[in-house]
Amino acid sequence: MRRLRALLLKEFIQMKRDRLTFAMMVGLPIIQLLVFGFAINTDVKHLSTVVFDQSLQQESRDLLGAFTASEYFDIKYTARSYQEVADIIEQGKAKVGIIIPPDFSDSIKHSRSAAVQVIVDASDSMAASSAISTAQLIGQLKSEEILVKKLQAAGAQKPARPYDIRIRPWYNPDLVSAFYMVPGILGIILTMTMVMITSMAIVRERERGTLEQLIVTPLKSYELMLGKIIPYIFVGYIQATLALAVGIVVFDLPMQGSLALLYGLTTLFIVASLALGILISTVTRTQMQAMQLSFFIFLPSILLSGFMFPREAMPDFFRMIGYLLPLTYYLEIMRGIVLKGVGVSFLWTQILALCVFITVMLTVSILKFQKRLV
Amino acid sequence: MLAVETSDLTRKFGEFTAVNKLNLAIRRGSIYGFLGPNGSGKSTTIRMLCGLLKPTAGTGTVMGLDIGQDSEQIKSQIGYMSQKFSLYDDLTVSENLAFYAGMYDLPADAARRKIQEMLELAHLADSKNELAANLSGGYKQRLALGCAILHKPPILFLDEPTGGVDPKSRRMFWDIIYALADAGSTVMVTTHFMDEAEHCDAIGFIYEGNLIADDSPHKLKMSLPGIFITIPADNPMELMQQLAEERLPALDIYPHGASVRILTEEKTLGYYRRFAYQITSPSLEDVFVYYVKNRRQEAPR
Ligand SMILES: Nc1ncnc2c1ncn2[C@@H]1O[C@H](COP(=O)(O)OP(=O)(O)OP(=O)(O)O)[C@@H](O)[C@H]1O
Ligand SMILES: [Mg+2]
Repeated sequence: MRRLRALLLKEFIQMKRDRLTFAMMVGLPIIQLLVFGFAINTDVKHLSTVVFDQSLQQESRDLLGAFTASEYFDIKYTARSYQEVADIIEQGKAKVGIIIPPDFSDSIKHSRSAAVQVIVDASDSMAASSAISTAQLIGQLKSEEILVKKLQAAGAQKPARPYDIRIRPWYNPDLVSAFYMVPGILGIILTMTMVMITSMAIVRERERGTLEQLIVTPLKSYELMLGKIIPYIFVGYIQATLALAVGIVVFDLPMQGSLALLYGLTTLFIVASLALGILISTVTRTQMQAMQLSFFIFLPSILLSGFMFPREAMPDFFRMIGYLLPLTYYLEIMRGIVLKGVGVSFLWTQILALCVFITVMLTVSILKFQKRLV
Repeated sequence: MLAVETSDLTRKFGEFTAVNKLNLAIRRGSIYGFLGPNGSGKSTTIRMLCGLLKPTAGTGTVMGLDIGQDSEQIKSQIGYMSQKFSLYDDLTVSENLAFYAGMYDLPADAARRKIQEMLELAHLADSKNELAANLSGGYKQRLALGCAILHKPPILFLDEPTGGVDPKSRRMFWDIIYALADAGSTVMVTTHFMDEAEHCDAIGFIYEGNLIADDSPHKLKMSLPGIFITIPADNPMELMQQLAEERLPALDIYPHGASVRILTEEKTLGYYRRFAYQITSPSLEDVFVYYVKNRRQEAPR
């Protein structure tokens, strides 16, 4: 116990003195979450729009007003010909063109269907699909509005609950949302920092030469491993807490499930990542190798865990590899607790998987680590 | 009872033999000086004894424990100071001491007492709150020694503890080593300083991985097959040339400052009568030069 205590104390002192690294461990999750969160944010608003209004009547202004009010379209240019609309879009000044025919108002007044043309630059598919669906929705709503007015004018009763003018605040064809991303990003951040820190832990002592003095003492291998893991659980907590706070404050992350359960299982994931790092640290000889091996873990973690791509759609081989990564289980846990509010009874498989992972990693590390120099 | 005993201890790195069939026997309570030129295998030998390296062949015991099987038990018996400073640069002097007190499982009050004792012994009390990184060479080595003897090990391995150390610290070091040996500890120490070697109870001289001499300083000097004489000369090379042409009997001959040193048998001393020679007692350096030359003739590599 005294040995472990001395080891922990030493790690904390070193962590405290290495301000830069500590600042990075704390600052990184916030920055990454913000960058990732906004970059992957699929909520596409304020598309630059050019309008060719040939009608210039009350009705057409009304329709354009609806487009502007949706916040998806910013009318920046007014064109005087088809050609001008085409040019502006081609030059990339506008992503959307709206063309209202000369007989727009007449058609509405005479209850003929009025054809409004919306041209979308689809080279940015996310923006395009967003624009298309919003435009369709506006068209639909406007038609209903006019229909209702007409009915009212014809003497019908005002419907009990008039149509809902609100447009869905956001459009998300692939069910990818900031909500959905934030738990994943948290997992990625934890994987990256935890694996990276511990993968350096033992090789760094080896490279600096301090390991030589350390291993002529009666220190046990498992004590060394624990001494390198425990301090970073706290760092993991700080990161998780910061990331969750950013998620809730900036991205309106709903916190459906139990916070205690979330923290409990986050601990499990942190330990799993640290154990993986420790294993890397015992099989490598230099910090450079450790770094490379860590990156070798990150790539599959990002691609195969279900963070980027749905695992259901993966070929079997890659899906199986995903099962070897702690992040895969943690994502299921996080999304379950944060988004769906599930309890521990739904998460046993994942918990068990993480426990097995930790046991295997630590056992192999302890067996693999020789208290020798070469 | 022997503190260290090895039989044909060998360590290879690939094809290269760093330590070759070493047979050591170090008495308990003695100071054993381990000498040899750079790269001769001193550190490698000590590392094998401390369990840091596995021997590729041969066996050995430290305090009666087998270095192969009992390497973990050995670790609580030894103090080790490596050639390169290997304490934590980003910890202070007292934090380093406290850390190693913890590693050797000293109870809190014993640890506190020991740390204080070490600070005084190594004259580090004034810099106990300095980061190890900011210490000068001599201070660093004293701190390393403090960390190595904190737990009062019965045997101490010091790998070139006085390399790059100022004379004052060097003196202090040896005072501590004597005190430890007086108190019954065994000390195995490597050094490049001949004056330090003179103070050892026994000396082993290792050359290209082979132990080529191993005895007390006095006996080693006696073991030379002849007498050393010194002939002053303004131009030693010229004199050597002249001696060689006259084919005067010499076992060894080499320039030494403004003189020539000659090892010759007592009965042939008369040949040198016409030179104003002086009989000088051999230094350890003379002994080693002789053994190395002998070795080269026997087994050229
Ligand atoms: N890990 C290693 N891998 C390969 N060769 C090594 C290794 N360690 C030592 N050697 C080689 O073994 C030889 C003996 O090295 P060692 O460090 O024991 O010498 P030394 O007597 O301590 O020298 P010095 O006085 O310079 O400290 C050297 O040639 C060295 O290059
Ligand atoms: Mg050496």
